[in-house]
Formats: sequence, structure tokens, C-alpha cells
Amino acid sequence: MARTLINIPPTAKRGEIIEIRATIGHPMETGFRPGDDGKILPRNIIQRFSCRYNGELIFSAEMFSAMSANPYIAFYTTAQNTGTLALTWEGDGGFAQTENVTLTVTG
Amino acid sequence: MQQTSSQTIEAKTRRAVLASGVGLGAWVVLGTSAFAASDDLAAAISSYAGGAAVREGKVKFEIAELVDNGNVVPITVTVDSPMTADNYVRAIAVFNEKNPQRDVVKFTLGARAGKASVTTRIRLATTQKLVAVAQLSDGSFWSHTVDVIVTLVACIEGEA
Repeated sequence: MARTLINIPPTAKRGEIIEIRATIGHPMETGFRPGDDGKILPRNIIQRFSCRYNGELIFSAEMFSAMSANPYIAFYTTAQNTGTLALTWEGDGGFAQTENVTLTVTG
Repeated sequence: MQQTSSQTIEAKTRRAVLASGVGLGAWVVLGTSAFAASDDLAAAISSYAGGAAVREGKVKFEIAELVDNGNVVPITVTVDSPMTADNYVRAIAVFNEKNPQRDVVKFTLGARAGKASVTTRIRLATTQKLVAVAQLSDGSFWSHTVDVIVTLVACIEGEA
């Protein structure tokens, strides 16, 4: 399990626009860089990030080698109902990780 | 005394000739690769837009003009849109001119985003042009092009 750092406000008013910030620990090896032996290191990147709000896909990103190591993405969504935000990262070598965060919506 | 000075002149000339030769070589190589890269960039954007016209405007690409570290370059792309159910930003993509690959990242948004703005961190291999393209819900494409100078490049070739 890679370390993640997710920043979502724990509570929000209905209709409020909230910012979601997420980072995951990952080398994002480009596949263009030679290693110590002079051979190209195999590519190892996260190719897809997605965010589901109570099961509905609200945001996704397709990533390439030009994304920095420990990819960071920040985006917005509108608070609708109390529920779970599921953040999923998928990549090379069968990498897959999902983190769930609870959002309480008031009003 | 006379001999020394003539040797110096000779050495200077040789250096100058060498330097200009190397310089010329580098210019020729850069010239060709820059031309090909720009073509690639246009091709990548037009394939993303599916051949539709991509107009300048509505998109704001925020990035430092002078990048100190090409390994971690913060970028923010904001699109001028009301983000209502019938007028919203469907997707945002970022392309570069001279990294080994033209694609950087492609985001998919929806009306529920509330605000069409995404922030991330990217790698830049060299001083180059970057383009952010946004697709609106009516199918139109808008873009913003920026030029950045990179002083420490992201490592492609490893440590020599």
C-alpha cells in the first residue's frame, strides 16, 4: 500500500463547492530513463485516477510519464449528500489502490 | 616572445573555429527537432479535438514562466464556465512540445464539479511551449498556450 495524503473538508453545506486534494506515493518511472547499468528502466506509472461520490464518477484523470513522482491532483466538486468519496489510482504492474473518505453534508 | 604570441593567436583561432562548428551543429539539430516537435504538438491536439477547431480563449493556464526544477512544476488550468447542467466543461488536457511524449495529463470533469479548475504537478524536459485544451459541453474546444523556460531539466538521460 502506497502512502496517500488526501485533503477533503469533513463537513460541507449542501451545494457548497469543495476542493479535493490528493497525493499518492509513487515513483512514476517514465520509461525513458536509463538506470545504473545503462539499460532503460521499465515504465512504472499510475495511468488512471478517478473519484466516485456515492458511486457516481465525478472526476477522472488519464496520466502519462510527464506527471511528477508522487502525483498530486486537486479539483472541485459540489457537495450533494452525505456519503463516501472513493479515490482510486490504477497503474502499471497491476497497481490499484482505493481510499474512502466520508463527507458529511449539512443543510 | 614573437613565437609565443603567434602560438596564442593560432590557439585562439582553432578554438574559435571549433566553437563555431559545434555551435552550428547544435543549431542545425535543434532547428530540425523543434520543427518536428511543433508538428507533433499540433497533431496531438488535433487528434484530441477529433479534428474540431481549437480556439484561443476561455482557458487560463497558470505556470511559472521561469521554472527552477523541471521535475516538479506546479500547474493550474482554469476554464471560464458557469458549470451549470447545460453549460459545463467536459474535459481538460495538457500537452507539451518537447518532452519525449506529447501527452501530459487528460482530465474528465462534469457539471457537478462546480468549478472548472484543476491543479497538478508535471515534469518538463526542457524549455518549451505548453498547451492546455478544454472541451465544453457544447463540443467546442478552447486553448491557452504558454512558453516556459526551464533551468534544471527533468532527467531523461540520467546522470552522466
